[in-house]
Amino acid sequence: MTDAHTLVVENLELGYGNRTVVDGLDLAVPPGRITCIVGANACGKSTLLRSMSRLLAPRRGHVLLDGKDVHRLPAKQLARTLGLLPQTPIAPDGIVVADLVGRGRHPHQRVLSRWSRDDDAAVADALAATATTELAERSVDELSGGQRQRVWIAMALAQQTEVLLLDEPTTYLDINHQVEVLDLLTDLNRSRGTTIVMVLHDLNLAARYADHLVAIAGGRIHAVGDPAEVLTTETVQAVFGLTSRVIDDPVSGRPLVLPVGRYHVDDVTV
Amino acid sequence: MTALLDTPTLDTDVVARNRIRRGRRRRIVIAVLTLLVVAAFAASLVFGKTNYPPSDVLRVILGHDVPGASFTVGRLRLPRAVLAVVAGICFGLGGITFQTMLRNPLASPDIIGISSGASAAAAFAIIVLSLGGTQVSVFAIVVGLGVALLIYALSFRSGVAGTRLILIGIGIAAMLDSVTAYLLSTAGAWDMQEAMRWLTGSLNGVGWSATLPVVVALVVLGPVLLLQNRNLAMLQLGDDAAQALGVRVERTRIIAIVAAVGLIAFATAAAGPIAFVAFLSGPIAARIVGQGVSLVIPAALVGSLLVLVADFCGQYLFDTRYPVGVVTGALGAPFLVYLIIRSNRAGGSL
Repeated sequence: MTDAHTLVVENLELGYGNRTVVDGLDLAVPPGRITCIVGANACGKSTLLRSMSRLLAPRRGHVLLDGKDVHRLPAKQLARTLGLLPQTPIAPDGIVVADLVGRGRHPHQRVLSRWSRDDDAAVADALAATATTELAERSVDELSGGQRQRVWIAMALAQQTEVLLLDEPTTYLDINHQVEVLDLLTDLNRSRGTTIVMVLHDLNLAARYADHLVAIAGGRIHAVGDPAEVLTTETVQAVFGLTSRVIDDPVSGRPLVLPVGRYHVDDVTV
Repeated sequence: MTALLDTPTLDTDVVARNRIRRGRRRRIVIAVLTLLVVAAFAASLVFGKTNYPPSDVLRVILGHDVPGASFTVGRLRLPRAVLAVVAGICFGLGGITFQTMLRNPLASPDIIGISSGASAAAAFAIIVLSLGGTQVSVFAIVVGLGVALLIYALSFRSGVAGTRLILIGIGIAAMLDSVTAYLLSTAGAWDMQEAMRWLTGSLNGVGWSATLPVVVALVVLGPVLLLQNRNLAMLQLGDDAAQALGVRVERTRIIAIVAAVGLIAFATAAAGPIAFVAFLSGPIAARIVGQGVSLVIPAALVGSLLVLVADFCGQYLFDTRYPVGVVTGALGAPFLVYLIIRSNRAGGSL
């Protein structure tokens, strides 16, 4: 259903104060696919995502959505095509799930417009898509971490954008909820063709779920492409400074990173 | 679109019906509060040292000449009651705007020094510069905005943290209150009534010349704030989420701050910083309406009702006539303590 929006980053330089975080980065996000961005803490991956959704103005270079600079597009117009779920959004005290999901409709509404049938339909659909329909009338405060994250994703779905960026959507979640969230995003990608770009902490989950893997080190792209090609012992060494072995994941056939620390390592296997 | 997972799909009609049902309580509260404001307004015109029948009061309002009532109701009670309603709305709107924007009930303009700044400025303009009328209001706004900017700048350290802003604001409020006290103590004609006005807020002796600028300010700035209502509610999600949903965060914040400070400053220039009304209105409205919905209009009505009732009680309930700010202060101080205790228990979130 999507016309495959293109999202391209050109020669991007980003920083805070006099500190440069991202330096001359180029990236073409494959339309209709899932892209995962990985890298060590403070490598610039979240900063990159923030700038791609125009939360941070670049010092140099551009972020182009369908060839247009996202930092020059009208705010609401951009928000109808490109959505972002930040790492730590805040739920207003006592807000009910359906109302929070309804906030995702903001870019589709005008200042004085009334709530439309499209808005209600989008909320119903987003709730169903994230299996939060039964939670609709509950207060967000009462929910578990996993439920809450599904509700935030529902809010992003109600925005009905064809490109969705997520900053560490699985942080603080138990492993079962991590898999649940990533499965949900894959459902969304497969059934609706939504282009997904997410920053993930967990290398192995990134390798499992990404169609396209971006490894960032020191504000630059170290390696990019198919996870099987990107995720090698050399990449893990260069990006994280970690010795590891990379084997074929017996479940998915994707690469699986086994870290080699100073303890509990059988010499033969290294 | 197709459902992604195998779960019951909530019908669009059900979503719509539930949404309307959730909004119903707020609409009922708004209707009831409006009636209460009208009733308290009418009562403050009818009752007093001398009671006038409602028919006389109505005739005065319609411009007829009624011996006795024309002066007492038309010249004394009416401008006072109108100012009570309008200033209450201004404080309520200003308070809920700051509280929503900074996601903290303690961040209201009367706690973080904006009301104190406007009040000190008004006292300075009147006592030292011998200004009057609208000039006083303009002076109060400029200083109110200056204080807002100062607090913002002082608490800015890679983003504004709510707690730091509030603590700095409380410090600045204390400094500005002492400026007001100093100005009043050096004033040639030391007048207890005037001193009370600039320190706690008072409606004593107000006439139409004090009331009308506040009415105009509300008519101009009130709609500006109401038009930002949705954007302001989006800011509750955090700046990043709001911006990702198409809100121009900085623009919204600047418009809201200027409008809210304007309302507070105009009301303060006429009635003084009526203690705790801005601070109390939002949380009281939240108790009545329930959380998670827009509190802007309920808070404005609560502010109005608070000022009307407190002023009425201050005038007639005791042997001495207390200024309205003394009554609202007596209500507000325990509530402040309660909120602080509760915030400590809840680990800092209010």
